[in-house]
Amino acid sequence: MLSIKNLNVSAEGKTILNGLNLEVNKGEIHAIMGPNGSGKSTLAHVLSGRSGYQVESGSASYNGLDLLDMLPEIRAREGIFLAFQYPIEIPGVNNTSFLKKALNEIRKHRGEEELDAIDFLQLIKKQMQLVEMKEDLLRRPVNQGFSGGEKKRNEILQMAVLDPKLAILDETDSGLDIDALRIVAGGVNKLRSKDNAFVVITHYQRLLDYIVPDFVHVLSDGKIIKSGTKELALELEDRGYDWLTNEPETVA
Amino acid sequence: MKKEKGTMALEEKEKKTRSDEQKALQKIADQDYKYGFVTDIEMEDFPKGLNEEIVRMISAKKMEPEFMTEWRLKAFRHWLKMSEPKWPHLTYPEVNFNDLYYYAAPKKKDGPKSLDEVDPELLATFEKLGVPLEERELLAGVAVDAVIDSVSVATTFKGKLNEMGIIFCPISEAIKDHPELVQKYLGTVVPYTDNFYATLNSAVFSDGSFVYIPPGVRCPMELSSYFRINASKTGQFERTLIIADKDSYVSYLEGCTAPMRDENQLHAAVVELIALDDAEIKYSTVQNWYAGNKEGVGGIYNFVTKRGICAGKNSKISWTQVETGSAITWKYPSCILKGDHSVGEFYSVALTNNYQQADTGTKMIHLGNDTRSLIVSKGISAGKSNNAYRGLVKISKKAENARNYSQCDSLLIGDQCGAHTYPYLEVENPSAQVEHEATTSKVSEDQIFYLNQRGISTEDAVGMIVSGYAREVFQQLPMEFAVEAQALMSVSLEGSVG
Ligand SMILES: Nc1ncnc2c1ncn2[C@@H]1O[C@H](COP(=O)(O)OP(=O)(O)OP(=O)(O)O)[C@@H](O)[C@H]1O
Ligand SMILES: [Mg+2]
Repeated sequence: MLSIKNLNVSAEGKTILNGLNLEVNKGEIHAIMGPNGSGKSTLAHVLSGRSGYQVESGSASYNGLDLLDMLPEIRAREGIFLAFQYPIEIPGVNNTSFLKKALNEIRKHRGEEELDAIDFLQLIKKQMQLVEMKEDLLRRPVNQGFSGGEKKRNEILQMAVLDPKLAILDETDSGLDIDALRIVAGGVNKLRSKDNAFVVITHYQRLLDYIVPDFVHVLSDGKIIKSGTKELALELEDRGYDWLTNEPETVA
Repeated sequence: MKKEKGTMALEEKEKKTRSDEQKALQKIADQDYKYGFVTDIEMEDFPKGLNEEIVRMISAKKMEPEFMTEWRLKAFRHWLKMSEPKWPHLTYPEVNFNDLYYYAAPKKKDGPKSLDEVDPELLATFEKLGVPLEERELLAGVAVDAVIDSVSVATTFKGKLNEMGIIFCPISEAIKDHPELVQKYLGTVVPYTDNFYATLNSAVFSDGSFVYIPPGVRCPMELSSYFRINASKTGQFERTLIIADKDSYVSYLEGCTAPMRDENQLHAAVVELIALDDAEIKYSTVQNWYAGNKEGVGGIYNFVTKRGICAGKNSKISWTQVETGSAITWKYPSCILKGDHSVGEFYSVALTNNYQQADTGTKMIHLGNDTRSLIVSKGISAGKSNNAYRGLVKISKKAENARNYSQCDSLLIGDQCGAHTYPYLEVENPSAQVEHEATTSKVSEDQIFYLNQRGISTEDAVGMIVSGYAREVFQQLPMEFAVEAQALMSVSLEGSVG
């Protein structure tokens, strides 16, 4: 589904991703962990097409498409979803009409009929139960005045409604209380299928108790320095990153 | 807008994403003015230029009573002594007032008695504008007093309104049929000496709307008038007079589009509102006149005087305007709060793009006790445009416990446009409470990306963000107008984001 080869990315002349490789197949859940500033969000942004980064070399193909050549909205319509680490507030824009517009753009792209207000409302009510979100948040402007946790739930609600093929969750667990964490994780588990894939960026092993990954990768200084199974996350919890980041030196 | 600066040679793909964004915006920018077309209806022209003779001719042509002719002449003589004002934030070539036609009317011997008698070409124009009268009549419940150029050609719903004692007709008709009302109120809010353009209007106004709501009557429908500038070089001088008698209510909508023209066209309308005891007038405008091309050539000069007086106790006047068109807009819908406990409101969205210039705002003049006013102004500047808010809040010595709250926000799109805020305050009574808040913000790339990431194009994203920003004002508009106004936003936001 997603194949990243030797990706080098810089911003403002500074190298951030440095020879990154990653293969994600349908049905898989990949966890990406790694120290602050190692380039996790950058990876998520580059995959979803945020401007401000320069791809120096390497490639990313997604279902046979040259991902890095596509406008961000086209990537989204092709099924890529990013749950933002810091969701953006859009004052005055109603949360429901925003999401309806988004869904219908995606449906149009897929050649499906647009949903009318009534069908949409039914869908959103159903998906809201998945994340146990308060209904009044639907009537409010997008993320405006939402608490940190509410913003994160809103991201997952959007994901549930838009039904992406490849979802990238950037620290969705940060700032969630333990109940919310369970709910958000439960939502992800209900959405996962053999046809979609998740890339879950997190600092905490705890999340991976709920969303059990097939693979765990450690990103450091812009490249993946270690990959393993969910046991790797436990080991990281125990030992931190030092033993890994020091490793190349001992090898060299 | 957080701008990532100092990027070295942009990598190809990144460049592509960016330039696609700009292309999308450019695309809307390049759309020709959507309503740019000309109707081939023969115009009945007067000779060009302006003198007493022309003023008399206009009055005679309209078979006006003596008082009207005299009033026009007084205005004209006064106008001769005035000089055209200059404003610091507006620049435009001088208007040659002797090179304009002061009267143009569709050629017709007698006025049409019903829609069947209306020139089919004219009806087709309304179709193009999306104002099929008969449909509106049936479906929307909006009575339309349609003004093409200078003469009203169709008035609907008259019967129903008549039964309630409501008068809604072209002002030319009111002058003949209800001279006592016209004579009593015309020029009482905007005197013929008021300002250069209002004085000119008083001398030569061609037509406009007249509304009178009798005591205790709540007008059951939105009254609506579509103005349109259609004859080349015909300065437009509409005159609107709305009177809400005691304890009555009316909501009036004014919307307009104009055909594409090379030459600048002058538009100098006057609107007067009068609210007596316990009466309320809500006046909404969507203004989308031709703004000129991307280089700033052509476009309408819109110099309008709009003023209302809350003459009676507990009366209320509320102005809502969405200004997206015209090359130059100069307009300050104002309220004179004379009655005790009266309320004045001003909600405005002014959007400028390319080389448009707007200098707009309001004046709230508090004369009565316990008067309140609210100002919500949302300026949006894009391209190389200039957008100024100019507002005056005046609390006179006798106005006890007056209150005003002003919120003036500016939104910038791109970095070549300008926004200016000039709040003037004159408080002569210490019991007044006056609050002013102002903000300036930019459409952020993060917001656009967030919407992009959900599948929404940049073009739509900018439209959404701007509509959201102006929501407080759109909420004041009647439903059908709100939808139209939001659509206008996206159409007008041309080539704006970088
Ligand atoms: N536009 C940019 N310009 C300059 N530097 C940037 C830019 N974006 C990211 N960086 C830098 O690149 C590095 C990686 O940032 P990134 O946000 O990807 O880290 P992260 O792994 O997500 O960290 P965290 O765990 O704290 O969220 C940081 O040092 C950051 O300051
Ligand atoms: Mg991050």
